[in-house]
Amino acid sequence: MIRATEISRHSRILGLGEYRPARVVTNDDLAQTLDTNDEWIRQRTGIASRRIAGEGDSVVAMATAAATKALADSGVDPSRVGQVVVATCSMTTSVPGASAQVAHALGATAAGAYDVNAACAGFCYALAAASDAIRTGHSEYVVVAAAERLSDLVDWNDRSSAILFADGAGAAVVGASSTPGIGPLVCGSDGSAASMIEMTEARRLRLDGPAVFRWATTQMGDAARKVCDAAGIEPSDLAAVVPHQANLRIVNSIAKQLGATNAVVADDVSETGNTSAASVPLALARLRREGKVATGDLALTLAFGAGLTWAGSVIAIP
Amino acid sequence: MSDENLLTALGEIVQEATGIPAARVTPAASFVDDLDIDSLSMVEIATMAEDRFHVSIPDAELAKLKTVGDVLEFLAKAGVPA
Repeated sequence: MIRATEISRHSRILGLGEYRPARVVTNDDLAQTLDTNDEWIRQRTGIASRRIAGEGDSVVAMATAAATKALADSGVDPSRVGQVVVATCSMTTSVPGASAQVAHALGATAAGAYDVNAACAGFCYALAAASDAIRTGHSEYVVVAAAERLSDLVDWNDRSSAILFADGAGAAVVGASSTPGIGPLVCGSDGSAASMIEMTEARRLRLDGPAVFRWATTQMGDAARKVCDAAGIEPSDLAAVVPHQANLRIVNSIAKQLGATNAVVADDVSETGNTSAASVPLALARLRREGKVATGDLALTLAFGAGLTWAGSVIAIP
Repeated sequence: MSDENLLTALGEIVQEATGIPAARVTPAASFVDDLDIDSLSMVEIATMAEDRFHVSIPDAELAKLKTVGDVLEFLAKAGVPA
């Protein structure tokens, strides 16, 4: 008989890390080659500028940089990491995946490793898997990194996508806790709308912007409420609402529907663009760096995108 | 609901979604050319109208609604009492 696994402990995020490529691309920069302008982009997306990867900023390099900072933030030695999970949808070489290379670069010599591709929702799924690996006693610590180099997949002649997508990485270190620090995962999918956001045969991202907007603004408010229900908290208990940074109008719509009256609403998209899976950990790290949340504060995370697929949980800020 | 009341209700929706005064929402007004409403605000207006009038306005239909009058006509055809 297989030995029973006792779930006897809780999990929480112990540290966060962020990596933002040095190159800033403003709306005015894009307007030089696209039929658009700063006001047009800001009005529709809230985005003023975004970070675009440089030559050395591969998915692996950015994930490693963010994870290195998260390990330092948590004080965890890489040798004690049991798993390295990388959420990404922009590895241009899908084999091998990013995670084993990240584990190697971190010096996490005892770690297992795997990649998660749930597009923009990837970090939230990976965080839940990491939490379970801690709670079942498989791992002492798990590194979850989300990294995207979407600039490789953008059609720079397509106004609807070129203004949105960007590059970067965020990471979290998850470990054991005496109290619950990562709430139950709420997740879902709708493959009937697979073509709403997709990669073309020419390996370029294409999205139906208004359809995505309608879906996110009519469905994700309910999803956010379910995330709170699953955690057994009220929206008023939240100190922060951290939706996927797809577009500031979507972010604000979800926050308004949730009615988290005491919460700060994360806005990283204005200066970062849409970094797909990396957007939630980047936004979390920014909130903490800017002192808008404190240790132990509750934050709602909810990410959604291509698939369609979505996932979220309430977390305690490290 | 009379035509005028339908127009008033639509004006309220447009004002709530975009901040544009309801008084500017007249049947001849073009959403894009006269009211400067973008495609995402049109989606917001459509979803609010769906809730208020209990109709469905699919994306393909929404794309055809260029003026306030087009929406009034759509609502009438969809069976919203005029």
